[in-house]
Amino acid sequence: MCSPCHRRHGREICSGVRDSRPMTTSSARLDDADTVTLVQAVDAALEAELAADPRVVLLGEDIGRMGGVFRATAGLEARFGETRVIDTPACEAGFVGVAVGMCLAGLRPVVELQFDSFSYPAFEQIVCHLARYSWRTAGTAGMPAVLRVPYGGGTHAPELHSDSPEALFCHVPGLVVVTPSSPSDAYSMLRWAIRHPDPVIFMEPKRLYRSIRGTLLGDTDPEGLLRARVIRPGTGVTIISYGPSVPTCLEAADVLGEQGVSAEILDLRALWPLDEEAILASVRRTRRCVVVHEAARSCGIGAEVAAIVAQHAMFSLDGPVIRVAGLDVPFPMFMLEDLYLPNAGQIVVAVEEALR
Amino acid sequence: MDRLRLWKMMVQLRAYDERATLLQRQGRIGAYPTFWGEEAIQAATVLAVRDTDWLFLSYRQNAVPVLRGLPPEQAWAYFRGDPHSFFDPSQFGCAPQCVPLSTHLPHAVGWAVGRRLQGGDEVAVAFFGDGASSEGDAHEAMNLASVFRAPVVFLCTNNQWAISTPFSRQAAVDRLSARAAGYGMPGVTVDGYDPLAVLGAVAEAVERARRGGGPSLVEAWCYRIGPHATADDPSLYRGEEETALWRQREPIGRFEQLLVGDGLLSPQEVDAEHERASGAMRAAGHRLDSMPPPTGEEMTAHVLAVPPAPWPGNLLRRS
Ligand SMILES: Cc1ncc(C[n+]2csc(CCOP(=O)(O)OP(=O)(O)O)c2C)c(N)n1
Ligand SMILES: [Mg+2]
Repeated sequence: MCSPCHRRHGREICSGVRDSRPMTTSSARLDDADTVTLVQAVDAALEAELAADPRVVLLGEDIGRMGGVFRATAGLEARFGETRVIDTPACEAGFVGVAVGMCLAGLRPVVELQFDSFSYPAFEQIVCHLARYSWRTAGTAGMPAVLRVPYGGGTHAPELHSDSPEALFCHVPGLVVVTPSSPSDAYSMLRWAIRHPDPVIFMEPKRLYRSIRGTLLGDTDPEGLLRARVIRPGTGVTIISYGPSVPTCLEAADVLGEQGVSAEILDLRALWPLDEEAILASVRRTRRCVVVHEAARSCGIGAEVAAIVAQHAMFSLDGPVIRVAGLDVPFPMFMLEDLYLPNAGQIVVAVEEALR
Repeated sequence: MDRLRLWKMMVQLRAYDERATLLQRQGRIGAYPTFWGEEAIQAATVLAVRDTDWLFLSYRQNAVPVLRGLPPEQAWAYFRGDPHSFFDPSQFGCAPQCVPLSTHLPHAVGWAVGRRLQGGDEVAVAFFGDGASSEGDAHEAMNLASVFRAPVVFLCTNNQWAISTPFSRQAAVDRLSARAAGYGMPGVTVDGYDPLAVLGAVAEAVERARRGGGPSLVEAWCYRIGPHATADDPSLYRGEEETALWRQREPIGRFEQLLVGDGLLSPQEVDAEHERASGAMRAAGHRLDSMPPPTGEEMTAHVLAVPPAPWPGNLLRRS
């Protein structure tokens, strides 16, 4: 039995150790560490973990010299070299499979999938191997890999560059799925994800990459990163959301505030596992629930949240659970994306319905 | 090179395979993919590598971990749907048998690159079939291995059949080894029923990989003499005459002729070794029967290293 990771394995290098070293904020390459964009936070987190742990390697298309199509890996190849920041050929199944093999060799690969939809070619590797290897080897060969997936619409991108596939991943047992909605969460959660012994799908809201700024804090409570967070307390209704839709919910809460409705906003952060306790605690307090996401409605995160609330907080509810979601259509060509994406007005209407 | 050791490993594989088919017929395990005739490829490969080299297996190499010390009953437990068959890959230098075709090939590349990055000189050997060669992952893995100059040997068992699909419907080349050129790696085709030929080709590829010369493709040409698996009826798609022809060429009898001719073995010793190997497998079959069945708890074990609370969600809260 390996004492740090509680697994049976004969590897000399344990890849499953839960890392308890303190996360010190390293921001040597950032001009102004106090206010960084979300994409800079991602870059800083990757840099900090590459520096902290020689087992961490990055893999992906154009992540080396170019620093990735979103510059999320800017400067990392220059600092850590091309054996740790590895440019791959264009083959998502292949390099996610390579990450699986690297985990077997004791490394901790962090893979960048260039855009949401380009996770689909890698789906077989994710479902059949990344998610199942620990189970298939009786816990002896864990997969401490992170797949970074920039996702979501609102960037006027070409077809298949705006999808929100998070629920697909949540439906695969053996994966942890998380998504930040702020630079500080992006930083802390990514560093947590890289140290986590299970495979983590790290969904990055690409619309927020440069539209919001924040500060980098070394989060002191690594387990807390799997917990939902009340980012605006309120008393009249709970608006549950995550990732790219969170700023839209905040906007709606401002409007509602002017109308005298106090909305509490719960940022889920972890989509699997869902923080049922936090969901139920908030809904029991406010007695109303609206769930917001831009992914298609059917079988989405909203459906799961609604089921949890219906099962455990039915008699605390004073109104129906309302979902504000994307439509069950392919993400539209971008001239129509504003019509597709949930907006503050729709959230306000949904809240009014929940309050009726 | 110890030819007798190689032969004994082949005999062990044959005894394992025939016992497994029997266990299936008796209802002690479920469907089983026999590898009857492919023993030379598997045994020679295990001898061509070092113990520290890793083997990435397809379902038809399910006995290869047994050559490296996995108890046969534990390997068979897989075919009775028993999670007690799961093992630690690092203990045997074998990745678990892979069901989706060719999806383990990128793992071999990743493992090999990973070991290199950590200063190791190990080599990965990845087994796959002629059918599996058509999968995208095979292409991606070979290309990646070449670009990374990864120490990997891609070992294709071309048994000319993928369930009912003949090689002529699988590929439009005469030899899969011809594809190696397109990846920028050496490729060779050898007689898969000749253990010495396989051993020579794999050993050469392994040495090249270890020296930093990058990956290779070795195609072991043979024929799938048995059915695809115990549930398959080959008479639906092929004639018995061709199979009969290849059955005469099967590797073990042929190798024994050579060893007896060279005075390394007597016919009595041949019989005795088969007897011994099959007795050992019979005993392993009894041990399989007495392995305790898995419990419901084990269904949820090891899915995650850090399961969330409450866990297991669906088992405890199915209501
Ligand atoms: C991705 C995938 N598709 C289909 C199958 C079903 N299947 C199992 S074996 C097989 C044929 C494989 O033939 P080959 O690669 O030549 O190996 P062999 O069975 O001859 O050892 C198929 C199609 C599978 N296992 N995986
Ligand atoms: Mg075949």
